[in-house]
Amino acid sequence: MTATLPTIKGKFGPYGGQFVPETLMPALAELEEAYETAKADLDFQARFEHLLKTYVGRPTPLTYAGRLTKHLGGAKIYIKREDLAHTGAHKINNALGQALLAQRMGKQRIVAETGAGQHGVGSATACALLGLECIVYMGDVDIARQRPNVFRMQLAGTEVRPVSSGSRTLKDAINEAIRDWVTNVETTHYLLGSVLGPHPYPTMVRDFQSVIGREARAQILEAEGRLPDLLIACVGGGSNAIGLFHSFIEDQGVEMLGVEAGGSGIQSGRHAARFAPPPANGETGVEAKLGVLHGTKSYVLQTPDGQIAETHSISAGLDYPSVGPEHAWLRDQERAGYTYATDDEALAGVKILSEMEGIIPALESAHAVAEVVKRAPAMPKDSIIIVNLSGRGDKDLDTIMRELGTGVS
Amino acid sequence: MTGTERIRNAFSKDRPAFMPYTVLGYPTRQASLETVQILVQAGADLLELGIPFSDPLADGPTIQAATQKSLENGTTLKDCLAMTRELRQQGIDTPALLMGYVNPMLAYGLEQFVADAAAAGVDGLIVPDLPPEEAGELESACIAHGLALVFLLAPTSTPERIKQVAKKAQGFIYLVSLTGVTGARNTLSSGLSDFVARVREQTDTPLAVGFGIGAGEQARAVAKLADGVIVGSALVKQAAESMENVRVLATELREALR
Repeated sequence: MTATLPTIKGKFGPYGGQFVPETLMPALAELEEAYETAKADLDFQARFEHLLKTYVGRPTPLTYAGRLTKHLGGAKIYIKREDLAHTGAHKINNALGQALLAQRMGKQRIVAETGAGQHGVGSATACALLGLECIVYMGDVDIARQRPNVFRMQLAGTEVRPVSSGSRTLKDAINEAIRDWVTNVETTHYLLGSVLGPHPYPTMVRDFQSVIGREARAQILEAEGRLPDLLIACVGGGSNAIGLFHSFIEDQGVEMLGVEAGGSGIQSGRHAARFAPPPANGETGVEAKLGVLHGTKSYVLQTPDGQIAETHSISAGLDYPSVGPEHAWLRDQERAGYTYATDDEALAGVKILSEMEGIIPALESAHAVAEVVKRAPAMPKDSIIIVNLSGRGDKDLDTIMRELGTGVS
Repeated sequence: MTGTERIRNAFSKDRPAFMPYTVLGYPTRQASLETVQILVQAGADLLELGIPFSDPLADGPTIQAATQKSLENGTTLKDCLAMTRELRQQGIDTPALLMGYVNPMLAYGLEQFVADAAAAGVDGLIVPDLPPEEAGELESACIAHGLALVFLLAPTSTPERIKQVAKKAQGFIYLVSLTGVTGARNTLSSGLSDFVARVREQTDTPLAVGFGIGAGEQARAVAKLADGVIVGSALVKQAAESMENVRVLATELREALR
């Protein structure tokens, strides 16, 4: 077991790779080279770290959730507060890293996709900071359910282009961003927001997000004098989870658990749980199999004919039919486990964390909270869980109020 | 004769090959088979039969909409093979390639797909999201069954990549005329002749140019440079209107390639 993957050409075992049109292959090679050079360049790293500290507000705190711990009666629960990063989610870490890299490569135009809008806002923000042109593709359905984030992007000077093809969500926004990139590849950097897509994206995005786990590791050692027993994070593409996991991969005593979107339940076929075993008695017509989507080979929810399935989740950020290739590999190695939380469980997660700790999680992060609620009670009182609170819930208030029936009239 | 040889023969005439693309199952299953008949009557030298996919990221709006409609009509990869078989049974002997994205082929099983495609009368494959680096398994299967796996080159391709594709080339090399997605454009990319020349230096394999070519005038200009001219979106657009429109455009294109 080693943390040095990917090995050759961006492969994580059988996963990953570069499944893109020829037009983009030279751009990927250029990006890989630029990234490798930047990674070794102390000035670049220093500038990135300086901005993380003075602009993003890092390190983000590790908060002990005392009341929730007491309420659940088991493991000590710590919350990694990515919701307190500037713009309200972990997405800014990667957006800023890639925007700096684009600037270094002389690319003045940025395209990005967004689902929940957090990566779009992160990209818009980083581009405003660095004076880059920014265009964000976003599905119609997501625009409707994440309205505040659309305005935030527009305020930062970004053009938000609605996508009305396919399922009108994240997957279709990525298609459109890639089409733009193919067309404008010589002037444009594609600022992909998760550990997805063709090499070098899964590695590069992981590296930019790995600050989460580096900080959490140091913070828990300071607070408790030892490593945690369990890490929990939600997994859409999987960037906040990889960001937390990466620094702990070689610590065999630390269990790692990713939580996918169970939507309306696996039986219903309306979900985005790529790793969930198909229901024993139900024929939903949708199954996760090894496949290729958006340039990378991984588990992909699809029909028996190999058409990409439309997924469902209450959280736009987890509503995606594939998953980062490194997660597929960590699962094969049994280094990380994967489970899911349904829409209802996530809503209950929002409620309990808000009431017990005064922290309103994003619907994405609430899936991780839901798993804490399931796991913590059965764990010994001296054991430790770190849950990654990847984003704050302000963007979801409309949905949350509607679903929980507590809206003001 | 293998599929690869049949494809090569399509380039042995004293004029550039006319290579129309059509989407199987669009606008309906029956109409797509009739479209192919018309294209052959109009003088197609080589057929590109499009397999629909839910997420066609190399395609522009016209082919996106057509493949979406084909999927709504219930077209599967299996049907595409069945349609090819039917065309062969109807006596259509023109060399034919299937063009589609890799995921449905993976779901079918690459080995099995290539075997079934060969048995259905397919001569080659074009897979736009499968660059040579990732093509190993499909390439071996194609070689075993005598099918040509046609690689693409783009204006952005480096000399090293051109060399690599030239070495692997089977049948012909597909030159993407522009940086962008499929779809008819008003003008040809200004760098096209330089691009074709850069590839020509490296190989004797026939070069076919596609993406963006919509009318006779452009086809004529491309014919001066290349061994084959591929037209997709413009014909697909006409297929939505009427068979007669397809016939008129196909005839215009064919006559431009004298």
